[in-house]
Amino acid sequence: MAAARGWVSPSVLPGFGLTLGFAGIFLAAIVLVPMAALVMKAASLPLPELWRIATEPRALAAYRLSFGASLIAAGINAVFGFIIAWCLVRYDFPGRRLVDAVIDLPFALPTAVSGIALATVFAPQGWLGRWLEPLGIQVAYTWLGVVVALTLIGVPFVVRSVQPALEEVDASLEEAAESLGASRTMVFLRVILPTVLPSLATGFTLALARAVGEYGSVIFIAGNLPLKTEIMPLLIVIKLEQYDYLGAAALGLVMLCVSFVMLLTINAINGWRIRRAAGRR
Amino acid sequence: MAGRSLRRDRAQSRLARVLLIGISLAFLAVILVVPVVSVLGYAFSRGLGVYLGALRAPDTLASIRLTLITAAIVVPLNTVFGVAAAWAIAKFDFRGKQLLITLIDLPFSVSPVIAGLMFVLLFGAQGWFGPWLREHDFQIVYALPGIVLATLLVTFPYVARELIPIMQLQGREAEEAAVSLGAGGWTTFFRVTLPSIRLGLLYGVILCNARAMGEFGAVAVVSGHIRGLTTTMPLQAQVLYDEYDLVGAFAVASLLMLLALFTLILKTLVEAFGARRRRA
Repeated sequence: MAAARGWVSPSVLPGFGLTLGFAGIFLAAIVLVPMAALVMKAASLPLPELWRIATEPRALAAYRLSFGASLIAAGINAVFGFIIAWCLVRYDFPGRRLVDAVIDLPFALPTAVSGIALATVFAPQGWLGRWLEPLGIQVAYTWLGVVVALTLIGVPFVVRSVQPALEEVDASLEEAAESLGASRTMVFLRVILPTVLPSLATGFTLALARAVGEYGSVIFIAGNLPLKTEIMPLLIVIKLEQYDYLGAAALGLVMLCVSFVMLLTINAINGWRIRRAAGRR
Repeated sequence: MAGRSLRRDRAQSRLARVLLIGISLAFLAVILVVPVVSVLGYAFSRGLGVYLGALRAPDTLASIRLTLITAAIVVPLNTVFGVAAAWAIAKFDFRGKQLLITLIDLPFSVSPVIAGLMFVLLFGAQGWFGPWLREHDFQIVYALPGIVLATLLVTFPYVARELIPIMQLQGREAEEAAVSLGAGGWTTFFRVTLPSIRLGLLYGVILCNARAMGEFGAVAVVSGHIRGLTTTMPLQAQVLYDEYDLVGAFAVASLLMLLALFTLILKTLVEAFGARRRRA
């Protein structure tokens, strides 16, 4: 029966129609139809109007903050995430396993919790804010706060991407390079970094993609002033609260396209990594 | 000469080691540990009595109930979906498989706010089904069904994502043998497949549940923030925070944080158990 379908290879196992049918219907109902609703709503706008909404000054400022802060946060995570992964793989120190477990906390922690915790801790009277205040650094209710929140939620992505790659770096290659007179810096730049680079890029892009759409952990600490500290997802929520469904749909479409581009980038980097790993063997 | 440079090398690498570990710990402390610990600090800042009183507030109790109901609907549905999708993808070869996997992954890269927005555009007053729903006096947005749908969407990939690689790695021989010996489809699944994917399934369910209970952005868009009715626990924390009820907000947040810690511990145990079994 399966062979008669043509597009599926024959198999003695049962349940193909049932499982694929259920998965397909569920996928369509929960993901595809809602997504189509968003695209069609935005597409019902005439193109010049869509363009005007997507490029009005308030929207431009929100893109700038969302993408700028996300890039900085992903960059911070690339640097510190690499260092943390390095320590976890190369060194043994008391509490190493605890640190390893703590890394995953942002995956499990609800964003509202990290949001109100960061806003309170970095407020001028908060646990950390009171030390920064005399230095003239204000984190809460500024763009710095947005960066801090986006850094928190991005921590696991780089660490978890780089860790397995570092474990795979061939120790004999390092020793060979050193015995040929290469300094530690040279070994790092010419042996270790090239091996780990694709994974670092994956982690960076994953953290970036997550940060651009993040809402819960940012809105408490951001201050949310239009044109200044208003992120894109918040602007969409505000449009919805004003019953501006079309405006929300237009901005939503832009963000959806950004997500697609990020997804394609991540897939492309993954392909690059797999090809390189295959080439080395 | 060589001995001295080696010693200098060792001293340098010890210094680098201490420095790098120090930087790592300091970074994690500022960005992660202090904020998390502060949740408990602020929740108990006015004593245990006030903390417990805040948790017993009627609206807060209602939000806990709503969160539990939502997770109780969402997690089983996404578990069944995950198992079905993994079975079709791992045990059969068909055209369009890669596209299906990409589509399942899609909710991971969509902003939660956009996820909520989609359902408002579908079922809201001005949405596709809005007029029909009003005619039949059935509310989805700003009510439980909308919250469930938005949560379903954001937690959609978790179980499937865990199971697909595990089931692909296992191959099909065991199931094919069972079927050729006369076992039915369900028997094959429950007696042959399920025992070998137990850990991965548990892991996926734990993560799905944590996200379902903690989701904020998607639910915030569809909930309408009606106190005592459509505020889940994360939304209740926001409502109380906005009203400057810090103890109340952090009391709710502390429960969510315990859930996150519980999730992490369970996850670590599952991983350790899996590693031990692989070695055995």
